[in-house]
Amino acid sequence: MANTMQFDLVTPERKLASFAAGEVQIPGADGDLTAMEGHAPLITSLRPGVLRATGPDGLKSFVVSGGFAEVTATGVSVLAERAVPIEEATGTIIDQMLDEARSLAAAALPEDRDAALKLVHDIEMLRGTVAI
Amino acid sequence: MPSLKDLKNRIGSVKSTRKITKAMQMVAAAKLRRAQDAAEAARPYAERMEAVMAGLAASVGGSDSAPRLLAGTGSDQVQLLVVMTAERGLCGGFNSTIVRLARAKAHELIARGKTVKILTVGKKGREQLRRDFGHLMIGHVDLSDVKRMGYSNAQGIAKDILARFDAGEFDVATIFFNRFQSVISQVPTAQQIIPAVFEGEAGASTLYDYEPSEEGILADLLPRGVATQIFTALLENAASEQGARMSAMDNATRNAGEMIDRLTIVYNRSRQAAITKELIEIISGAEAL
Repeated sequence: MANTMQFDLVTPERKLASFAAGEVQIPGADGDLTAMEGHAPLITSLRPGVLRATGPDGLKSFVVSGGFAEVTATGVSVLAERAVPIEEATGTIIDQMLDEARSLAAAALPEDRDAALKLVHDIEMLRGTVAI
Repeated sequence: MPSLKDLKNRIGSVKSTRKITKAMQMVAAAKLRRAQDAAEAARPYAERMEAVMAGLAASVGGSDSAPRLLAGTGSDQVQLLVVMTAERGLCGGFNSTIVRLARAKAHELIARGKTVKILTVGKKGREQLRRDFGHLMIGHVDLSDVKRMGYSNAQGIAKDILARFDAGEFDVATIFFNRFQSVISQVPTAQQIIPAVFEGEAGASTLYDYEPSEEGILADLLPRGVATQIFTALLENAASEQGARMSAMDNATRNAGEMIDRLTIVYNRSRQAAITKELIEIISGAEAL
């Protein structure tokens, strides 16, 4: 791997990953994107989804939700409200996220309802993607 | 003059006190390590968050459409003080330093004609503030069941505060907590969280593209920022509490040791005096014959 960049994944409680990555696939709020070295500086918020980073030890995947990613030419930092390595993402964790999102959608004001329903939908999609 | 038996009991009771304080000190030391690690682990997130928000705030802040969490309500009439203390005592001046700072601030605000509302986190702060400001308290967050401070605790508090802000209950919110410096020094700190303030000017070093939009991201980030600041404060507080307890219990253990030494000397002296007295009585009795 010739061109790498620094990849950091942090949550409020701990630093989950930090290594030199060749490419990082980010589930952005407006659509997925792949960041590689030399990417234009970008800040995007995240939707619940799977984050994939190709590092020295191969492909690492994480289930992330909430927060944002900061992409610069030399690195990607992802600040996720919640993130777990995909191996640890069991049905219970995702169901828990789904329950939270559903109750949020139920309580949402009319103007926020669309966003909340999209959140529920995103997590449902995520549940389909992650092999459980 | 206490009797020999009294002295002996006294020494026994101080000895068991010393055992307890010693044990508490060691427990606090172990918990302090964990609390410090947690505070350390949370730092990168909080720092990045702050940096990005400061950058965003600098570019959006001037406009009229700036979110209320950043621009404020345009008034500072109603002030919310969020006083974060411990659930337990026996930790030296930990709780009272926070309360003292909050109380001074409350008096100052009232003197300037502001309306003060108080939200307490942790039992000790509520107990101490209730006497003076009982009528100003609008809520209390109980964390006594929490074994390990998690981000969800902070989120809960943030949600409560944000709901009150949206309902127009206050204009400015300040949190009070102890910033951990070392085992022997914790600094009581007041930090304004709503409207958000950022230390230092953010240099516009990199021009970012924003997805979906600057305003959209900022509106999404500001509530998270509040939660993050509260989380940081909770962790700093937890570490400070254990640090303060550790040094308080260390002092208590040392004092108990000194007291035991003193009492033992008194005990030995009076025992010797009693023996001497009895001997004199026997000898003078024998001489009299």
